[in-house]
Amino acid sequence: MRKEEQILNEFTSREYEYGWTIDIEADSAPMGLNEDIVRFISAKKNEPDWLLEWRLKAYRHWLTLEEPKWPNVTYPKINYQDIIYYSAPKQKVNPESLDEIDPELIETFNKLGINLEEQKRLTGVAVDVVIDSVSVATTFKDTLAELGIIFCSFNEAVNEHPELVKKYLGSVVPMTDNYFATLNSAVFSDGSFAYIPKGVHCPMELSTYFRINAANTGQFERTLLVVDEGAYVSYLEGCTAPARDENQLHAAVVEIYAAKNAEVKYSTVQNWYPGNKDGIGGVYNFVTKRGICAGDNSKISWTQVETGSAITWKYPSCILKGDNSIGEFYSVAVTNNYQQADTGTKMIHIGKNTKSRIVSKGISAGKSQNSYRGLVKISRRAENARNYSQCDSLLMGDQCGAHTFPYIEVNNKSAQVEHEATTSKIGEDQLFYCNQRGISTEDAVALIVNGYAKEVLKQLPMEFAVEAQKLLALTLEGSVG
Amino acid sequence: MLKIKNLRASIGDKEILTGINLDVNAGEVHAIMGPNGSGKSTLASVLAGREEYKVTSGSITFLGDDLLDLSPEERAWKGLFLAFQYPVEIPGVSTTNFLKTAVNNVREHRGLEKLDAVSFLRLMREQMKLMEIDQSLVNRSLNEGFSGGEKKRNEIFQMALLDPKLAILDETDSGLDIDALKIVANGVNHLKSSDNAIIIVTHYQRLLEYIVPDFVHVLYNGQIVKSGTKELAFELEEKGYEWIREEVAGISI
Repeated sequence: MRKEEQILNEFTSREYEYGWTIDIEADSAPMGLNEDIVRFISAKKNEPDWLLEWRLKAYRHWLTLEEPKWPNVTYPKINYQDIIYYSAPKQKVNPESLDEIDPELIETFNKLGINLEEQKRLTGVAVDVVIDSVSVATTFKDTLAELGIIFCSFNEAVNEHPELVKKYLGSVVPMTDNYFATLNSAVFSDGSFAYIPKGVHCPMELSTYFRINAANTGQFERTLLVVDEGAYVSYLEGCTAPARDENQLHAAVVEIYAAKNAEVKYSTVQNWYPGNKDGIGGVYNFVTKRGICAGDNSKISWTQVETGSAITWKYPSCILKGDNSIGEFYSVAVTNNYQQADTGTKMIHIGKNTKSRIVSKGISAGKSQNSYRGLVKISRRAENARNYSQCDSLLMGDQCGAHTFPYIEVNNKSAQVEHEATTSKIGEDQLFYCNQRGISTEDAVALIVNGYAKEVLKQLPMEFAVEAQKLLALTLEGSVG
Repeated sequence: MLKIKNLRASIGDKEILTGINLDVNAGEVHAIMGPNGSGKSTLASVLAGREEYKVTSGSITFLGDDLLDLSPEERAWKGLFLAFQYPVEIPGVSTTNFLKTAVNNVREHRGLEKLDAVSFLRLMREQMKLMEIDQSLVNRSLNEGFSGGEKKRNEIFQMALLDPKLAILDETDSGLDIDALKIVANGVNHLKSSDNAIIIVTHYQRLLEYIVPDFVHVLYNGQIVKSGTKELAFELEEKGYEWIREEVAGISI
């Protein structure tokens, strides 16, 4: 057997680390989707009427839409009636202390490497944990409240801060935006909400941890971040799911609103179950993420490390409305085995002197397909807009694919738009060189891949960067022989 | 230290080494010379364990072990080092990071403690002086955009850090100007000891003016056809490889 083949075979042998399930008693909706289900979800959450109406409007609009066909991915038709749209771990509502949380849940957190008890005392990260459809725990709430920062589950925000939710919900991603965002608007069950008041520099990382646990369940969470004038926040999200043979749908929406002089850093490490090595199972990750730099001099920076999911379809975007506002997108997307990714960004320049920067690093291995799709749009009144895009692809083996679909629309002559793209392969020569220096092949792959992705990884907060590096190495472990 | 017996090796269907015999002991410097295509680089690659080359018969013992049973990295851990003729580039991986990974991997397998960042940098700085390596070079991605001379110096620099028992220098002199050649030779001479051995694979005698070999072997058509001392290298320089060809032809007739 040729070495390349051997390499590829070993590459595919790696098992997903978070594939376990825990038997948590769940409170679920009946399978399928109709107006009653939408009402059921809304009722479960004790939602006000305006929100139920909003959901129903979204649902009715969704019925008129068709699933998008343009992404460079293939999958069997999804039967939206075969999905459970609401599943909640049964537990006491709003636990007062950790003692009141189901021990099985605590066990889940420990397995995920999130020790809530430790979290409370030691680390500088406030965590909101969402399992299936509901938020089950949020740490550091009180500390943050002293600064006027609101960080809570979406459901809580609806009840406690309706004026904020009402004002910003759907303001960046309208309920009619696209098939999956509209579906989410109808059936979203929980998620995280954060509000950073004027002039406050959020002293710790805010983070949401998403976990799909129940079978046949879709996860539809919503995240809404509102960052007021001159405020700053760094937000992290992580996700895992059990290994199941059937595909699971995850259609989330993230909205970010940045006022004048505000700055938001949004980092994702996405590690949903990717399916097994034969391409059975895995999460369909169809996500709409968008931020608006509404005020002058504001900045939104997206960083994503995408290693999981059978299919990833997401384009974290920035609407640069305020003058001098800045949008950034840093991405590492890894696909292995039969994974498919169609991911990138949209940078919409509206304000004057707006700047955007796109750094996308794709890594394809196994029989996977990895596409970058990005739009840079300079509107007519966006004087002196600048964009720099760099799209690199790294191929491992000869059975995978890397694709780049850049779209550039320039309507103002003063714009400067640059696009660079490269494609390279991890060479046997590089691996042999490392081996000869005493570096095992697995370490060599990790070294080479991390070197390749360095520009993106360095954007992540420290603890996360270390995690992400390990995750990259794990995803590609056994990839090369 | 190294014992090669009747080694035959091929790439694809083509046999390149047709029966090599060579003994190398600790403290010795051996030069392997020969015209293009005689199998010099193949021998170096087979010793380091490059997979494209298939050993069809013969044996190699290295420090008591069957070398052919070991993977390339196991050979490195045991103390075999190859200075590449064409060092590869690894974008985004700083030379320092690469070297630290290599040194600690090797140390771990030699039963030594891993070096922390401070101790490693100290060790690296010492060796940088020796090889006249500039700080800016080790901050750059490994070999990326290095000049030919910088790449070759970087190879010997790595040799210094990894402290091998047997170093094989594959055409290290090619593409070097005289100043770089001297730096490389000084480095190698400094690393030479009674505990280690060096095999210099070269087409020209030039490097051997600075690193004096104890033995010179002439490789021709995949075999060592002549062995001698450093005088043999001078003779080759003077007469070229033609007379070897004639001599070999004479023997075979």
